[in-house]
Amino acid sequence: MLFLRCQPRVPSASAPPFRPRVRVAAPLGVRVTGGRRGQAVVAMASADARLAGIASSIRVIPDFPKPGIMFQDITTLLLDPKAFRDTIDLFVERYKDQGITVVAGVEARGFIFGPPIALAIGAKFVPLRKPKKLPGEVISEEYSLEYGTDKIEMHVGAVQANDRALVVDDLIATGGTLCAAVKLIERVGAKVVECACVIELPELKGRDKLGDRPVFVLVEADA
Amino acid sequence: MGEEASCNAISEMEAATNARPAKENGRAPAVAEVVAQEAAADPRLQGISDAIRVVPHFPKHGIMFNDITTLLLRPRVFKDAVDLFVERYRGMRIDAVAGIEARGFIFGPAVALAIGAKFIPLRKPRKLPGEVISEKYVLEYGTDCLEMHVGAIERPGERVLITDDLVATGGTLCAAIRLLERAEADVVECACLIGLPKFKDFYKLNGKPVYVLVESRESDK
Repeated sequence: MLFLRCQPRVPSASAPPFRPRVRVAAPLGVRVTGGRRGQAVVAMASADARLAGIASSIRVIPDFPKPGIMFQDITTLLLDPKAFRDTIDLFVERYKDQGITVVAGVEARGFIFGPPIALAIGAKFVPLRKPKKLPGEVISEEYSLEYGTDKIEMHVGAVQANDRALVVDDLIATGGTLCAAVKLIERVGAKVVECACVIELPELKGRDKLGDRPVFVLVEADA
Repeated sequence: MGEEASCNAISEMEAATNARPAKENGRAPAVAEVVAQEAAADPRLQGISDAIRVVPHFPKHGIMFNDITTLLLRPRVFKDAVDLFVERYRGMRIDAVAGIEARGFIFGPAVALAIGAKFIPLRKPRKLPGEVISEKYVLEYGTDCLEMHVGAIERPGERVLITDDLVATGGTLCAAIRLLERAEADVVECACLIGLPKFKDFYKLNGKPVYVLVESRESDK
């Protein structure tokens, strides 16, 4: 996996300095077999170029929603058609041959990235929503917040036991919301193949909450 | 579309077959009318209408909620809906697609990506992290508010398409139009999957045409 530190688009006195960090674990979306290393390196290089554009299109807003939080704002990525296109392409390249039958998107920013991926890979799209938004019969999963709890809901019948699911959100922080989303899907007997996010805040250790369920992200940022 | 003022009695869905008599108010120019009639005969529209589920008395008694989540479970039909919008807007030099939270986020981005436009989320208060402009609008009981980031519209005259899943009274769409016009955008059209019957044939809101694919229904077949 290729990682690039998010570059603040609107630098401010309280934003941390940009420290480029590229870590290569495995080529993005490419299986390296036998003598295909040259092809893998080319794929990595092109993924690298797209990731740089994606990372630099994300805006960091200090002290939102409260003091001390550096908010990763993807709305500026959405204003850059190439960066948005590249984001979707990177996910689609990874998932198109994995037999994914359903993409579940977490309200509301998961609704922006999930459907284009679903459409491109021919999967269903299932919105996972805050309470009382879905009109039909639902199942709910509660999860902890810093103070109190929240809930997400899914329509009964949207996901079947033989579905292979991808869960999509813009960002993974503590992993609370994603974990609740995964549990909803597993409760109906389906398999969560992976969780996919544009951004990860690794200091908040969201992956720990998700246990051995795979998480794939495009860029990392400081919490 | 539970967040808007209540939908009044919704007529039975007419199959997308013959051209309808033109409405008296908000009548579109001749070219748009011909396009509407051609679209009315498109075989994909029947599948789209059939894929929408009607949930009675949601969010409250008397409202027959047109639920698009069942359409999203049919990849072929979901793709048809997006394709119909893309086919219409691809040649119209649209700079940005503005989607209304949250169901407008499901359709708008896919259209934006296909036509090479920006996507601008229009959100409920206090969701957008940067500096915003806000527009209040009236609900059946009380008011609500839509917000957009300052700087989403970069130049005066940017051509914008507004998307939402359904238009009923048009209150939310009108707020969206006002918001974009305050940012000096040129709102070209509003596009919704579903509209109350009066929105067929490009009924206008604030002078802007509204393009809907199918009429809302009162019940499932």
